[in-house]
Formats: sequence, structure tokens, C-alpha cells
Amino acid sequence: MTELAVTRAHPAAGAAPLVAVEDLRVSFPASGVEAVRGLSLSIAPGECVALVGESGSGKSVTARSLIGLAGPGARVRASAFRVGGGDALTFGPREWRRLRGRFAGLVLQDALVSLDPLRTVGAEITEVLAEHDVVPRAARPERVRALLEAVGVPDPEVRVRQYPHQLSGGLRQRALIASAIAAEPELIIADEPTTALDVTVQAQILRLLADRKAAGTALLMISHDLAVVAEIADRVLVMKDGLVVEEGPAREVLTAPRHDYTRALLAAVPSVSAGPRRPPRSPGTAPPDPVLAATGLSVSYGSRTAVDGVSFQLRPGETLGVVGESGSGKTTLARLALGLLAPDAGEVTLRGGPWSRLPERERRPLRAAIQVIAQNPLDSFDPRHTVGRLVADPIHTLPKRRRRERVAELLDRVGLPPELLGRRPRELSGGQRQRVAIARALASRPEVLICDEPVSALDVSIQAQVLDLLAEIQAQDGTALLFISHDLGVVRHLSDRVLVMKDGRAVEEGDADEVFHRPRHPYTRELLAAVPRLPGRAE
Amino acid sequence: MTAAPPRARRVPGWLAVAVRRVVSAVAVLWAAATTAYVALLLAPGDTVDILVGDGADTPEIRARIVAEWGLDRPEVVRYLSYLGRLLQGDLGRSYQLQRDVGEILAGQVGPTVRLTLAAAAVGVVLALVLAVATAGRSVWPRRVVSAAELVAVSVPQFVIGIVLLFVFSFSLGWFPVSGAADPQALVLPALALGLPVAGVLGQVLREGLERALEQPFAVTARSRGLGERAVVARHALRHALLPAVTLAGWFTGVLLGGAVITETLFGRPGLGRVTMQAVTGKDMPVVMAVVILSAAVYVTISALLDLAYRLIDPRLRSA
Repeated sequence: MTELAVTRAHPAAGAAPLVAVEDLRVSFPASGVEAVRGLSLSIAPGECVALVGESGSGKSVTARSLIGLAGPGARVRASAFRVGGGDALTFGPREWRRLRGRFAGLVLQDALVSLDPLRTVGAEITEVLAEHDVVPRAARPERVRALLEAVGVPDPEVRVRQYPHQLSGGLRQRALIASAIAAEPELIIADEPTTALDVTVQAQILRLLADRKAAGTALLMISHDLAVVAEIADRVLVMKDGLVVEEGPAREVLTAPRHDYTRALLAAVPSVSAGPRRPPRSPGTAPPDPVLAATGLSVSYGSRTAVDGVSFQLRPGETLGVVGESGSGKTTLARLALGLLAPDAGEVTLRGGPWSRLPERERRPLRAAIQVIAQNPLDSFDPRHTVGRLVADPIHTLPKRRRRERVAELLDRVGLPPELLGRRPRELSGGQRQRVAIARALASRPEVLICDEPVSALDVSIQAQVLDLLAEIQAQDGTALLFISHDLGVVRHLSDRVLVMKDGRAVEEGDADEVFHRPRHPYTRELLAAVPRLPGRAE
Repeated sequence: MTAAPPRARRVPGWLAVAVRRVVSAVAVLWAAATTAYVALLLAPGDTVDILVGDGADTPEIRARIVAEWGLDRPEVVRYLSYLGRLLQGDLGRSYQLQRDVGEILAGQVGPTVRLTLAAAAVGVVLALVLAVATAGRSVWPRRVVSAAELVAVSVPQFVIGIVLLFVFSFSLGWFPVSGAADPQALVLPALALGLPVAGVLGQVLREGLERALEQPFAVTARSRGLGERAVVARHALRHALLPAVTLAGWFTGVLLGGAVITETLFGRPGLGRVTMQAVTGKDMPVVMAVVILSAAVYVTISALLDLAYRLIDPRLRSA
């Protein structure tokens, strides 16, 4: 209790740490969960510390307990807990409130819901200025404009009066950052600040955070994405089950991990440089006829063209990756391929015969041949059905006994134990759910699988398992995959050929190796340049 | 993603909304007027007998009814002249009371409006205070309040009214038993009518507040240093109001329907009482007018609610 003065210091060796916590334990007695089980952490002024780990590892709870926001009913203990020069173990609500915003600003994942959707961007930023009386009332509008300008929001005079839903994802996130830094905090806590963003926007936001760091603000960055962390962190703490399993300088942890878990995490990150290992097709043999083909597909919603003249061919046993940012028309393309949406122009053919042109009554018997795996099975499953019923759904015409055998076979195939048969979607983990989705898609023995962001909601290690499962199924059955993702690493991992989409058009198409190593279109180059990379990987 | 602008001529958004609103309001009113008219036609017996009801039955009155309702003319003309009369604001004549219906209702609107507004105020204020005081707080006050709300919701209004009368008028003598002469006489009826509203509204508001307080924007607000009260007042409350506004249409029904019982129980003048008397006295012209008037109130309220939605939620404005 001797050093009470708050250090408004520049990053300097030997300066008192902003945060110093020993043996932090956070539990939720009501649910019996121990989220953090003895973690030590210190953050020096101007330093960027990253907490990485998978969902449920306790990283968010750790970060939030540093500003007294571990959550309702949380019990926080520590043997030493110094925050902003004070002893946090003695803090009451008033002390915490003085610290929040002023000492540390918080940036959460998705600004669409992390900024109040019913209030203007200007009101949200002004709130911080008013709460901590940063500038006199009359000077606040000017300061808000200056802050928006500082985080790279163009036309701040217009933006202050707009609501979060009127801004693009990137601008929203910038506005959220502006509100977090409005009271000039010494520390920014960024909890998955780029997870909801497209890769090019992600790169911009990371640059903005790096700028704040360069200006002397310390950064506590929480992420499940090791490559994102690699771009910006000085030190990395790897968390698992509420404990730190490895800690060290970012470069060391990410290039020479000592702990098995870190190694496994790193190995699971798909890289944009390594594609599927497959024997090259022997020269001379003609490629098989495409099982699914599209020519000149166009469709528009009102005056907005969602897909504009896209053609592709998908051959048996091959994976065509479709990459693009949100709004590029990927999902509309999937709906067209599935025959769920009629194109305004162009045609989809299945096995060389008509598909999109068929009336639904004639298309229905053929639907078994083309199945879909969606991003979030929680939305695409009936929450009241059991796993057994969900998987049996496409084969309900089979006799009961045969059906039961087939479901057991399918579960075994996707690596799920038979005990899960009676469970409902909510009682499964994210990875298990996606396996059930795959089992259901395989039930009708399809020739084509349309995968729309199938692993985007999963942790990186689970993601790798699901991708491996898809590759294995493809190798065994010769299923053709139309694989849609915003994640270039994931697409690279699985695809033989790649289609790059932007604003509804296919701007580039070709062999995956070609596209990733020698992109021709400037947009592809921009996308690839924006992908965060792990250090030490041959890219 | 923004909504696509209409392909044809571009009409300003607010104008399109207003036009749609007015058209549907007219349609609802027309349907209400027609339903009332069809009910008159379908009622068993002679139309003149029905319109006379329990009132004095003289050849002069019968002749007057035939003339005023055009009963000697073809069906289509009859119906159209009925609609025409309504359009001119003529609600017809009560042959029992020997007065124009419009005049009868106009004299009774005041007390009913006072009662329903007071009841609505009781409902909204009580619900707000209780919801804000107990949302996300310690378990005990929350349990007590939500039990009280459950009682208020499930006990019929007339029971609440009788209990209130018994305790505060008969035993304690704090408030008059009946009448509407002085403002004090408004207290008990407003409570009887407003408590069930407070019960439902309180539950909806608290649930909305608790949901809003868990949202990321509430975490962001706390991370700025705001106290819990400011988070509720500046952020969570508006979010909680949205579902409550949806229920407001339903409250209109509760208040209008409840007014019938409450006014009768407390011996107050008002539309409810007139309706009650008209129904028991089989005064069909008055009943028909009340149906049309209620429809008009509903239509007005729902237009106002639409407006309130747009005021509260900016996301609806750009649509």
C-alpha cells in the first residue's frame, strides 16, 4: 500500500506494471464453475499481452475480472491483485467504476451488439467523456469528432448521428474502439476484437490497435486465433481449462512451443500455403464429367445483384473452394446450387441433366444426390429432435430396422459414440453437432456436398478434426465438395480448385496452388495479403 | 445489408407507411361497421322489433325507424345509406332513450377517458418502478414482487375491485364507495383496473431488462464506468420497452373491457356503464355504435404504437 500514485508513464523499463495479479481464481458458486484456477499475469505500460485459448478456457473471464466485471455472482480471489496502482482486493463498486473507462477501456467482439443498437455512435462515445468528465460539456462534440477521426472513421460529422446498424462492420468496430479510448486509458482490453470481421477489415483493425500500442497504450488482447495474436502481441499466455499452460515472448511461444497443448493448437491452424496432399491425376486420363455445373448464374434481390454471371464446374471427388467476404454472394450461390433459389439467368445442371430448370416436383426425387452442411447446426436442426431422429430424417422411407442400422453406421463413420443417439442438439458440443450434421448429410449417399462455412463457428482444434473428417469421407466415397468459407486457410486446406467472389462476381478461378501462390486478380492479392500469418511458417 | 429500394417510382418511406396505415385503418373501421350491421340483420326477429328493443313501442316510433333505416328500400341502398350516415359522423338514434347515440356517448366519454388514463398511469408507473427496482437484483424482493404480480394478473378485476372497496371504503372509509363527483372517487376504480395491467407489464419489463442487462452493450456501458442505475436508465430500459409496447394494444382491450365491469361496480358514469345498460336493455343502435367506437380506438392506438416503435428503435426507421 505504499505506491498509491497512478503511473501515467510511458513504456519504460522498470516502470510499475499496470496490472499485477497473482494466483487469480474466479468461480461461479451458483453453477459450480471454476473459470479461472490460479493465474498470474502482469502487464507493463505500453506492452501488448495476449491471452489465447479455446472457448471455455477462461480467457474472457480473466480479462473482465481485471476491471471488476467477471460477471454476476462471480467470486474473485487472488493472493495479490494490483490494478492501476491500487489494491483491487480492497476495491468497492465505486473504486472499480473510477477505473473503468479511465484506466482501462474494453473492446468486445461485435460492435453491432457491443454498442447500444438504439443509440447513436456519438451518444455512445459522449457517454465516456461525460462519465469521467474528460472535457467540459461544450467541448464534447468536438472531442467525439476528433476521436472518430483518430480511429479512421471518415466523415465523422455524419457518423456521430448514425446508429451502429447504419455503419459497416469495420466502421462500427472503429467506433467501438473510439468509445473505449475516449478517456485516454492506459490499457485497452480487447476481447476477440476482430472475430466478427472480414479478413481485410480485420487487418485494418489490427493495424489500428497496433497504432494505439505505438502511442503508448498497453493492450490485453484476447483471441482464439493464434495468427491474429502473432501480428501484435509482445507476450503470449496460452490458457486451457482456467490455467496458463505456457507463457513467454510471442515469437518464442508461436515458433518454439514447449507445451503439447500449444503445439496442438498451432498445428491445427490451417495455413494458406499448404493444400491437400493428393496424388496428381495421371496425365493422359481425361477428367471425369462434372457432377454439378453452373453457367452464367445471376440472381438479384430487388435492385441488388447478389450473384452476377457466375459459372463453375464440380467434378466427382473434387473440392471447389468458394472464398469471399461477407456480402460477396457465397451463400446465395450455395442456395442456387441446392436448387432452393431459382436463378434469374443461367442454369445449374446435375450429372449433365437439368437441375435448376426442373419444377420442384421433379427435382425432389433427385435431392438425395446433393446435400448441405450449414454453419450453425443449432439453427438447422429441430431443437426438439434427438440425434437419432435428425440423422434418420433423410432416410425415413427405409424400414425401421434397416434405418436404425444405417444411423448407427453413420454415427460410427463420423466418429460419434452410439450413446449420443438420444441426445438433443443443445446437449452436444459444437464439434459433435457439426458431426451430426455431416452424418445427416451423408445419410442419403449424396454425390455432392455443399458446405456453407461448416467450421466457422468452431474452435481451431475442433475445426481441424471436422476438416479431416470431410477430407476422409471425400477420399472414401468420391464425394464432390462445394466448400464455402470466408477463411482462406480453411479453404486452402481442403480445396483442389478455388473460386474467389467479390460483389457477386467470380473475380478469379483456378487451381488452388495457382490462385494462392500466383494470384492474378488484385482483389485475391489483397485478400491473401490481409491473412494474419503465424511466424516461422514457410508462407 | 440495406433493404432494396422499390424498383418503380420512388415514394418516400414515411409516406408509404402513412398511406398503408390509413388504408388499413379505414378497412378495419369498415369491417367493424359491417359486422355490426350484419349482426343486426342476423338477429332473429323483425329488424324494427330489434331496433326498438325494450323501449316504448308506438306506431310513430316504428314509422320513424323504417324511415331512418330505409327499411322500405332495397337491401343495397339500406346498407349504403347506413355507411353514408356513419361517414357523416351520425351514429344513429336510440329509440329507447329518445336521443341521438352520438350525444349519449359524447356525454359519457369524459369519465371513461379519465378512468382508463388513470388506470393506464397506475399500470405503467407501478410496473416501471417495480421492474427497475427488482431486475437483476437479490432474490427475495424479486420473488415477493413477482408473486404479487402473479396475483394481480390472475385475480379477476371485479374481485380486486370488491376487495379494494371493502378495505378502503367500507372499513377504513378513506375513499367514497361510488360516484365520480370528486377526484378521490377515481382512486379505487383506477387501481382495480390498473393493477392487472401493472402485473403483466411488470413481468414483461423485468424480463426485458434482465435480458438487456446481459447483452454485450450493457457490458460495454459498465466498462465505461457507468453505475448499474445509469446502465438501466440509459441503455437497458429502452430495450425492455420494445416488448412492452407490443403489449400495449392488448392493454387497450383490457382497459376498455375492464371499464364495463369497473364502472358498474363503482357506480361510475361512463361508456362502460352505457354499454352494459344498452346490452341488458337490448338497445341495438347504442351497442352498434360502441362496437364501431371501440374499433376506432383500437385503430388509433395501434397507429400510435407503430409510431412509438419507430421512435424507440432506429432500426425500424430505415426500413
